[in-house]
Amino acid sequence: MEFLQYAFMQRALLAAVLVGVTAPAVGIYLVQRRQALMGDGIGHVAMTGVGLGFLLNASPVWMATLVAVAGSVAMELIRAYGRTRGDIALALLFYGGMAGGVLLINLAPSGSNANLSTYLFGSLSTVSPADVTAISLLAAFVVLVTVGLRRQFFAVSQDEEFARVTGLPVRLLNLLIAVTAAVTVTVAMRVVGLLLVSALMVVPVAAAQQLTKSFRATFVLAVATGITVTLAGTVTSYYQDVPPGATIVLYAIGVFLLMALLAAPLARRRARAAEAAALDGCSPVVPAGRKPADDVKV
Amino acid sequence: MNGEPVISVRGATAALGARPVLRGVDLTVHRGEVVALLGANGSGKSTAVRSLIGQVPLTGGTVELFGTERKRFRDWARVGYVPQRTTAASGVPATVREVVASGRLSRRRFGWTTGADRAAVDRAIALVGLADRAGDAVSALSGGQHQRVLIARALASEPELLIMDEPMAGVDLASQEILAATLREQVAAGTSVLLVLHELGPLEPLIDRAIVLRDGCVVHDGPPPEAVGQHSLPGHDHVHPHAAGEPLRTGLLS
Repeated sequence: MEFLQYAFMQRALLAAVLVGVTAPAVGIYLVQRRQALMGDGIGHVAMTGVGLGFLLNASPVWMATLVAVAGSVAMELIRAYGRTRGDIALALLFYGGMAGGVLLINLAPSGSNANLSTYLFGSLSTVSPADVTAISLLAAFVVLVTVGLRRQFFAVSQDEEFARVTGLPVRLLNLLIAVTAAVTVTVAMRVVGLLLVSALMVVPVAAAQQLTKSFRATFVLAVATGITVTLAGTVTSYYQDVPPGATIVLYAIGVFLLMALLAAPLARRRARAAEAAALDGCSPVVPAGRKPADDVKV
Repeated sequence: MNGEPVISVRGATAALGARPVLRGVDLTVHRGEVVALLGANGSGKSTAVRSLIGQVPLTGGTVELFGTERKRFRDWARVGYVPQRTTAASGVPATVREVVASGRLSRRRFGWTTGADRAAVDRAIALVGLADRAGDAVSALSGGQHQRVLIARALASEPELLIMDEPMAGVDLASQEILAATLREQVAAGTSVLLVLHELGPLEPLIDRAIVLRDGCVVHDGPPPEAVGQHSLPGHDHVHPHAAGEPLRTGLLS
């Protein structure tokens, strides 16, 4: 455990834990609304923010936050109001963001593609004390929102139409989810890198739901998985000199496979229990799952 | 049956793009009344219901809920809504209780849940006969049970008015009977109901009045039409390979 003596490793481990908590905490809502790849899009857009940070000599983390939040709001508005070809609009935003980042960083006097790559793939040794402050503040916001508003976020992500009829401010909550996702992307940027952020939002949730049947348990297990893989990946990258982002993501996928293996016997047992319950009564059943065609003329 | 109206729609018009979907629809549901909204695919019945809850903007006419103009209506706990769905599940596992509990948000939008909230959720789950499945994942349920979860979610706020969009779609017979019994209890307790249906089915004895839409216009508003022939058989599943423009001959109205 000698790595704990180094200040850069202490900062890296703290950042890793914060990423491990926040990414699945917001990712679970994205997975729930089947927008699993939204984090990826925000990551692309955030690159322009990093580039701007270098060009304007401002903090890349804060600039990336600003640009990612603006991008996520744009994406949410496209999702909510866009009718046809929303995918094209999103593609423009993604690739525009990435191209903008590369261009801006090359225009910056202090910037180069080498700087950009630490943001793309994550880097431990470059997490500065200022980064840690920024990451801690942003992570606190993400945890406060995703835990404090979990019932509201759950309802909006489960069934938006129904949530509107409960009188919830659905538009505002949707925007808040998007903004929180954007903030999470910039929290995770220094550790996992922008290109792999989305994996940490999605894979721990996918792994957890192999075993769980409730939203609450999925949330807890996903966050626990997130913390485990980010810490393990950070320590591994200290000893093996491999990029932390890639290591963390591969660990997460390993956990996913492990949980999927564990889930198989569990699913068999549940299926047997359901079968036993179904044997209680034998009633005629109209084919379920198929909606009767609604073309009766009256 | 002539209490004050809980739903009052006057001259509603709506369009999807350039195509008019509602062309001057009048629709009233009085307190304690059970009204079925019938019509073919594309007749505008789902649009009519969705305009009630503000999902579809009206291009003309007025909608009032409990005597308040819909845009200024805030008392959503009085309305239980069952959207047209074939599943209550989403991308992440959730238990029956978790899904039904979101129906309680109309009573308490923010802040802690109380014992009263939890009791109401358990009551709603028991009403649809899923008490023994409350802790199970909704994805493990059958199609009919999904529909029962959606109805329990609407009942969780203890509403005075239930608006249901095709609650019987894809529901097995056992679940249809349970849904009919649930609805009967609610109606007996004084709940008003507006149902979108494509056939009356096991709910027929409950229905006070039927409104039939065709091409966005009301063509019938009165006692429910008698179902005849195979349409009246229990469990009859409507899958009609009619060609467009075929003459009307379902016997539902003639």
